[in-house]
Amino acid sequence: MKRSFMITDIFISPFIEYEFMRRALVGSVSLAMSGAPLGVFLILRRMSLAGDALSHAILPGAAVGYLIAGLSLPAMTLGGLIAGLIIAFVTGLAARFTTLREDASLAAFYLVSLSLGVTLVSIRGSNVDLLHILFGSVVGLDSPALFMLVSVSTFSLLCLALFYRAFVIDTLDPIFLRQTIKISEVVPFLFLALVVLNLVAGFHALGTLMAVGLIMLPAAAARLWSFQLVVALPLAAGFGVFSAYTGLVFSNETGAPTGPAIILVAGICYIASLFFGRAGGILRLRRPSSHLEG
Amino acid sequence: MGRFLLGADLIHQNKNGRGIELVNLTLGYDRRPAVHHLSGKIAPGVALAVCGPNGAGKSTLLKALAGLLTPIGGRIDHDYPDPRAIAYLPQMIDIDRSFPINVKDFIAMGALRRIGLFGGLAAKECDGVEQAVQRVGLSGLEHRPIATLSGGQMQRVLFARLIMQNEPVILLDEPFGAIDEATTKHLLNLIVHWCAEGRIVITVLHDLELARRVFAQTLLLARQCIAWGPTQEVLTEENLQKARAMSAAYDAEARECLLDEAIIHDH
Repeated sequence: MKRSFMITDIFISPFIEYEFMRRALVGSVSLAMSGAPLGVFLILRRMSLAGDALSHAILPGAAVGYLIAGLSLPAMTLGGLIAGLIIAFVTGLAARFTTLREDASLAAFYLVSLSLGVTLVSIRGSNVDLLHILFGSVVGLDSPALFMLVSVSTFSLLCLALFYRAFVIDTLDPIFLRQTIKISEVVPFLFLALVVLNLVAGFHALGTLMAVGLIMLPAAAARLWSFQLVVALPLAAGFGVFSAYTGLVFSNETGAPTGPAIILVAGICYIASLFFGRAGGILRLRRPSSHLEG
Repeated sequence: MGRFLLGADLIHQNKNGRGIELVNLTLGYDRRPAVHHLSGKIAPGVALAVCGPNGAGKSTLLKALAGLLTPIGGRIDHDYPDPRAIAYLPQMIDIDRSFPINVKDFIAMGALRRIGLFGGLAAKECDGVEQAVQRVGLSGLEHRPIATLSGGQMQRVLFARLIMQNEPVILLDEPFGAIDEATTKHLLNLIVHWCAEGRIVITVLHDLELARRVFAQTLLLARQCIAWGPTQEVLTEENLQKARAMSAAYDAEARECLLDEAIIHDH
């Protein structure tokens, strides 16, 4: 009896007792549900670091919003969204019309963008503000921020479902798509726009750096478990949701900051998958006890 | 393998006479031409091989025919209702073989132009996939991820996608590059079949012996047309030597052009 009471205490009570824990849970779970499947596509496009780069690119936009309106969610979100979309668009154009590939253009633009952002923030704000932007405050989610997160998550999942075939073929065989379908040029931009949208939404819940973690780590873990995309995508979302919940519980128990706690759990999922993943894990390389006939 | 010349006696089958005509076509990247002033008519139902030394512009020609490269000069005339009614298999196709997709779904991609990005895959299309799998000899592997296929099996899958596309024009760029003899023979039979159905099939080939054995018509290309006609008349030692000489001459010329530019920049 006493033991089961303990378990409830740790895993359920905090969410019943504290409203901010419930908000944090809803916010990070919704980000995980839409972000992690997008992360799987990023990995398949060999753009694993693009999420990182784009998250840095968002910073100057958020900083401009901050300079204009202070710590205001709509201003910083709008600024971040505009900056992210511009960088994604320019990167896409540069990749299409210059000899530089997407990753090189992205690296160049995000470095410029990040230094611009840090300069802007340090002109007026203190380092505490910068930390707030970089590491977010999942336990400080207010209703508008939460509403935005859930909307973005719903919208992204709908887009992902609607354009699933376009995203898959554009990732697998872009020349085939280009040669067969008229609107094919739009597809990569649409995809990057969804990534930016999720990063901007996540940047208030977890901070720019941590939002990338919740998009990429569950995705990388899921890739190690299945050769089927229809399995890998929900699995990634599942890993993300698990990390969000467990991270919050861990953070509540130990007093560790929530964002890093969530990402650490996701990191543990990833490392475990590296070893045990059935579709590419290390232990798969062991000699099997018997091989199949033929 | 016996000699079976394709297409020579099949021209009459295609009475509506839809073909592709190249009119003084010049192709290239950045203003530097890769194919010069190419003119000629490609008839349906005749297997056409495109041969020539490396850098002769073979792949460039196919890219232009596929609508992926805008000509610098001249034009490509055809009377197909949709300019995208073309199935194109590029050389060394850039497909990530670790992509989590199975054989069946990959082949179903061939239906894309008919069903679009949002349409459902009708039962008829599913049957089509099943038939395509059988015709390339991959029955039983439908549910295997493409990551587990051998090079030859992957090439069969790509051919099955071409079957699924079911287009009147089929462009193949070096389809037998690293493929064993049995697979090559199997896939050649498909090309024979496509020609018999009155399609336009254009194949870039490195293997001249294969061209002589199977393809009725050959275009020998070395940045410009060296010869175009019945394969036996085109692939003569004299023409081949001419193609090699032409290719070398162009390389030398390109170097001079660069020198010219350097001199201009110095001033």
